Amino acid sequence: MSAHADTHDHEAHEEHHHKETFITKYIFSIDHKMIAKQYLITGTIMGVIGVIMSLMFRMQIAWPEEPNVLFEALLGKWAPGGVMDADIYLALVTIHGTIMVFFVLTAGLSGTFSNLLIPLQIGARDMASGFLNMVSYWLFFLSSVIMLISLFVEAGPAAAGWTIYPPLSALPLASGGSGMGMTLWLVSMAIFIASSLLGSLNYVVTVINLRTKGMSMTRLPLTIWAFFVTAIIGIVSFPVLLSAALLLIMDRSFGTSFFLSDIFIQGEVLHYQGGSPVLFEHLFWFLGHPEVYIVILPAMGLVSEIMATNSRKPIFGYRAMITSILAIAFLSTIVWGHHMFISGMNPFLGSVFTFTTLLIAIPSAVKAFNWITTIWKGNIQMNPAMLFSIGFVSTFITGGLTGIILGDSALDINVHDTYFVIAHFHLVMGISALYGMFAGIYHWYPKMFGRMLNKNLGYIHFWITAICAYGVFFPMHFIGMAGLPRRYYTNSNFPLFDDLANTNVIITVFALIGGAVQLIYLYNFFSSMFFGKKAEKNPWRSTTLEWTTEVKHIHGNWEGDIPHVYRWSYDYSKPGHDDDFVMQNVPLKEGEEELQH
Amino acid sequence: MTALLTILVLVFIAIAIWQMVKIFDLAQVGTSNSQVATDKDNTLNGYLMMGFLAFIYLITIWSFVELGDLPLMSNSASEHGPEIDNLMIISMALIFVVQTITQFLLHYFAYKYKGEKGKQALFFADNNTLEFIWTIIPVIVLAGLIIYGLFTWSAIMNVNEDEDPLIVELYAQQFNWKARYGGADNTLGKANVRLIDIDRANILGLDEADPNAQDDVITSELHLPVGRTVLFKMRSQDVLHSAYMPHFRAQMNCVPGMITQFGFTPTVTTADMRQNPDMIDKVANINSIRAEKSEKLIAKGEEALERYDFDYLLLCNKICGKSHYNMQMKIIVETQEEYDAWMKEQKAFKNSLIN
Repeated sequence: MSAHADTHDHEAHEEHHHKETFITKYIFSIDHKMIAKQYLITGTIMGVIGVIMSLMFRMQIAWPEEPNVLFEALLGKWAPGGVMDADIYLALVTIHGTIMVFFVLTAGLSGTFSNLLIPLQIGARDMASGFLNMVSYWLFFLSSVIMLISLFVEAGPAAAGWTIYPPLSALPLASGGSGMGMTLWLVSMAIFIASSLLGSLNYVVTVINLRTKGMSMTRLPLTIWAFFVTAIIGIVSFPVLLSAALLLIMDRSFGTSFFLSDIFIQGEVLHYQGGSPVLFEHLFWFLGHPEVYIVILPAMGLVSEIMATNSRKPIFGYRAMITSILAIAFLSTIVWGHHMFISGMNPFLGSVFTFTTLLIAIPSAVKAFNWITTIWKGNIQMNPAMLFSIGFVSTFITGGLTGIILGDSALDINVHDTYFVIAHFHLVMGISALYGMFAGIYHWYPKMFGRMLNKNLGYIHFWITAICAYGVFFPMHFIGMAGLPRRYYTNSNFPLFDDLANTNVIITVFALIGGAVQLIYLYNFFSSMFFGKKAEKNPWRSTTLEWTTEVKHIHGNWEGDIPHVYRWSYDYSKPGHDDDFVMQNVPLKEGEEELQH
Repeated sequence: MTALLTILVLVFIAIAIWQMVKIFDLAQVGTSNSQVATDKDNTLNGYLMMGFLAFIYLITIWSFVELGDLPLMSNSASEHGPEIDNLMIISMALIFVVQTITQFLLHYFAYKYKGEKGKQALFFADNNTLEFIWTIIPVIVLAGLIIYGLFTWSAIMNVNEDEDPLIVELYAQQFNWKARYGGADNTLGKANVRLIDIDRANILGLDEADPNAQDDVITSELHLPVGRTVLFKMRSQDVLHSAYMPHFRAQMNCVPGMITQFGFTPTVTTADMRQNPDMIDKVANINSIRAEKSEKLIAKGEEALERYDFDYLLLCNKICGKSHYNMQMKIIVETQEEYDAWMKEQKAFKNSLIN
């Protein structure tokens, strides 16, 4: 390890003296810190688009009969006279889901923080392959551009839901969006998957090979554990979605029948025979379910780190945290069938998936209790990052608990595909992961941009967002239990649901306020880059290696030698030390024992 | 109107934010501009944590009081309905208890242990007993829930075909439903979408040569005799649909190329359900909402809304295209005599063909 690290140092020094042009520094950069920022900013732009879409369809649900000037302005021919078209409603729902799940919470979250933190926290000069890293980002960028182009095609963007179940997604006769719009969706996702795989391979290789001297696996910060395991889940499950997408492309364009059979549509019998849409559902959810853990695990890692730092306490149950990450990762690959209890698959299979699904509640509960114990008897510094971390635990518990209902096949019968599901997954993985991402941004902004975010704007951002998140998603459980199906353009064809209309208005008002408040964050984010207070080297008095580097970014991360590591990353308030934190590169004092955790 | 409302909301937010910035600024007079939380920040946000805990409890209470009165949580109209409802109520109660306690601990600790200069946090990294306790408790609770859930699930999904259930096909297409009854022999004739012949009005693709198909009856309203088990055979001709009958706690996807099934026994006739006091209240409430809306519509010179009367419904609950939001069929549960009388009026398949 040591010899390896030395040669690595040598190379990095040479590299450091290369002259960098604007293009190699800011555009086709192979520096992990710049790539992290590229991911973050691309993810932010996609996030803004995804949120605006959700606000539009929320307004449609709340005030279905009233023409809306915003619709006319933003949707053009899809909202003549300000009345939203039913097809574009489904397209907005579809693209909102796709963008938020993949482009914001997978690439934006994991891409940003894995890239930023893996080399810095394990003590490496850069990723194992800077070039692959660059290719990974640019593939992501390309797939984002293609996804956005698909919004402008003649017959409309993909409108079959983010799960793109065939035959709806396969037949332009069934939905306008299943023509060119769906083709571009599939191409975009195929490129996205390639990007994600290159990134994940790089993360895994880097964590395994490039840890600095002394950085054993059990001294790694939990962030790194989370990114590492997330990358492995991605490598295992994303290829399955890729194959599903490829088979769907074949069904659509080359006349095969993998997913289609016996279809009569618009007066004609199609030639498809022998395929099964249920097969697609299996393939899709084989990725689709691990995907929610790909989204939430990095957020969990960030939150664990931030909670320990700001509580000035070690994370409680470090080994249990690692074990539960591994348990969640393993279980996540054998629970996909809980999305398919009523798909027509054998009910016995449903029983098996109920069993495995409810098991996942155990490691999740362990994590939640460990976070709560971490802040117990702490000396909690209420930085905005800490507020978002506490918010994360709160929404993770609220959203996670209803999983007990949805994972139970007997109960799922009646709430499947209703607003209950929307409430559940938005709280447990949507809002929670976003909070994790915000927490990470507030915490590592000084590391990324060398300046501090304004904390007062951060406080306002958090508190209003927190209230709105509950205001939007908590009542949704109840309209779901009243039987209201999701993805309905309007509920006015069902007098049965008329008494839910007011609640839908309340939800939309909360959503609009919550959306508007993100403008404060955006202002803070972009203005602080130039006018924010200059950051100190270690503003949060944290223990991990990234805070040993200079504020100014250099390629290679450390001016001199890479620091060696002598202790785990959670020596906060350790008795026998003057400061309430001891950095990982500080050798053990004479007679000091490393905690046998 | 919407635009005005939106602008009002935005103005309100701007004012609120301006006020809040002032509060936070005032709380920090005389401290340095380091952008790292000070003791004053810790105290203020600590109190806000308790305020937020109160908000979570309030929105929970409000939701249960205002929205918890769900005829769908009680008043199920099928034999297995109460089983699902009981399991649901047990799960909800459990969730409610865990949610109340854990949110309290989280927010109370955040408040209680808010940072102060010079305070020492407890160096507490691990405790195997604690870890064991909160691993084993979820294990026991979940084991109970899993076992209860699985028994309920297999009881619902396994329809005993020896009991001679009424066989009904639910046929889905963009964007409506058809029902097919087996006729006197209670046996559905063979069918495939390849046999659809619109010119001869063979709209479901029945095999005209199959003797079992001759007396089949195709309808666009679903009538069910009360107290008799029905076994639904689901088919779709184009894309995925889902047959969702919320009042009966029943749902199953309709998949092109295969036949799926779901069975239940309706226990309450439509007429009886309309007399249910809860339902009378719900319908009255809906009609007052509709009356209000109608007034506005009439003022605009449009037609008033019809009065609502309760009916069981079959809804499509799997995204299926443009008019997904309006793919429904009325379900009428009635006495055996009423059902027989209705069935007599229907045309058998062989008589409905156009030659």
